[in-house]
Amino acid sequence: MSAVGTTQLERVQARATDAPRRKPISWGALLVHALLIACIAVVAFPLYFAFVVSTQDLQQVVQRPPRLLPSTHLLENYAEAWRKANMGRMLFNSAVMAVTVAVGKIVISMLSAFAVVYFDFRGRILCFWMIFVTLMLPVPVRLMSTYEVVGTLGWLNTYQGLTIPLMASATATFLFRQFYLTIPNEMAEAAQLDGAGPLRFLFAFLLPLSWANIAALFVVLFIFGWNQYLWPLMITTTEAMRTVVIGLEQLIPRSGTELPTWNLIMAGAMMALLPPVAVIVFMQRWFVKGLVESDK
Amino acid sequence: MQRTVFRSRWLPYVLVAPQMVVTVLFFFWPALKSLQLSVYRVSPFGDKSTFVGLDNFTKLLTDPDYYSSVLNSFVFAGGVTVTAVLGSLVLAGLATQKIRGLAVYRTLLLWPYGIASAVAGIIFLFIFHPSYGILPYFLSFVTTYEFNWLLKSWVAMTLVIVAMAWTLLGYNIAFYIAGLLAIPSSVMEAADVDGAGPVRRFTAIVFPLVSPITFYLVALDMVFAFFESFPVIDAVTKGGPGQSTELMVYKLWKDGFIGLNLGSSGAQSVILMALVIGLTVLQFRFAEKKVTYR
Repeated sequence: MSAVGTTQLERVQARATDAPRRKPISWGALLVHALLIACIAVVAFPLYFAFVVSTQDLQQVVQRPPRLLPSTHLLENYAEAWRKANMGRMLFNSAVMAVTVAVGKIVISMLSAFAVVYFDFRGRILCFWMIFVTLMLPVPVRLMSTYEVVGTLGWLNTYQGLTIPLMASATATFLFRQFYLTIPNEMAEAAQLDGAGPLRFLFAFLLPLSWANIAALFVVLFIFGWNQYLWPLMITTTEAMRTVVIGLEQLIPRSGTELPTWNLIMAGAMMALLPPVAVIVFMQRWFVKGLVESDK
Repeated sequence: MQRTVFRSRWLPYVLVAPQMVVTVLFFFWPALKSLQLSVYRVSPFGDKSTFVGLDNFTKLLTDPDYYSSVLNSFVFAGGVTVTAVLGSLVLAGLATQKIRGLAVYRTLLLWPYGIASAVAGIIFLFIFHPSYGILPYFLSFVTTYEFNWLLKSWVAMTLVIVAMAWTLLGYNIAFYIAGLLAIPSSVMEAADVDGAGPVRRFTAIVFPLVSPITFYLVALDMVFAFFESFPVIDAVTKGGPGQSTELMVYKLWKDGFIGLNLGSSGAQSVILMALVIGLTVLQFRFAEKKVTYR
């Protein structure tokens, strides 16, 4: 054995029998836990504070020093915010928008990716590049003209106008394409030999395999759709079509003298953020697996 | 490698049709119209348009308001990106130490991703409120400096940067956690054997290894900061005080939708288009290399 190898072996052996080393590790771990909890407290504080304020009455809101524990007015605040801002309708609109955009994008992208990967047709490369280019065209870059198109179609203040212009997603298409490219060729061959047509292959074979991707995309796209701001702001002018994110902004009085009802605004904020946060919390495993680790 | 393909004369076209229709109708056609609008002067109600060549562009490039919006956008994007990337790296680094509870910590760190930047903005608007906000209140014990974002533009800028970075943390952390977990433990053990302390381990090994993720997140966060920042500005400062938090995106909307100056708005769109192309190219370059450890 070489001198270097012996030394390494000795070192490893020494570490293995070095019992007292346990103590330093657990202090370090304690420190890490403490730091993490401190950081999480800082990151979570705005949300916690918003919740606390949403349970207070106006007098407690402006009280100094500020109260940091929840108070007792939760139900009445939420009920009043619900009534004052027509929350029910707005939440419904946001839900329709989020779900429609998410499902729509997933379906459209899945079909396109399937076509691009499993067929050889004229214009295939062109389609691929066209989809790619949409990545370079976020809403602000085509703002006024997309608005004009939607207006011409008569889709202002409609659910179609809110959702369809947002429905072409390059990211989703590329995700599906990438995934399909990892499916072994033999599967498609076997399906063809069995006499299965392409659609049957898609629904019976590819779809079941794609659930992780679909779930991850659903999380991202639902959050994207729910939290949309600029587009609904332009497209909807009637109160009936307003989404909850826009409605919340309108609860804030901008001109001087009136005391904003911060407790109600925070109650509204809590209602506005709860659905998307719930989605990410409950589906985070799929989110991580399908999106973050998908190309490993 | 010869891929197995299905044979059909019409099916592929039917399958791509939905995406193509939406793409052409709502992406390409408007983008071309933006290009067209940028070289016209259009009357507010759209009935009269005159070709003015590059007039809109020269007007913009000699407009100090436009320059300040560009500057604001870069300051904002820089602040958001640095905060979000560094903060998430630190948090992800802590969460992936050899301790229990990674899943719990990840859940606790990930959820801000679900919060709309407008809602985050409104919450921070309240926290920073000069009269009722908790932050100026606590700061008043430390200093007599008045933290009033309505008067001091740097406070306003900090406010919107913090709000935006807060919403990006979760997404960044998710990527960093995955990247840090993927570092082969043999690499870390070799460093241990060589006697490297935690700081040196980080700077010499971990940071270089996750640099593809870092570059990817920097590019991504910059795209977000430039193009998805409208909600924060509109919900919080509306570009104020003065125009110190007026970003390019906000000015574009204000000039076009409120000011009805479609030509200028179109020109601003074109400039933003160039910017997004540059950033997206960068993003893709680094996305490719994201997960190889060579």
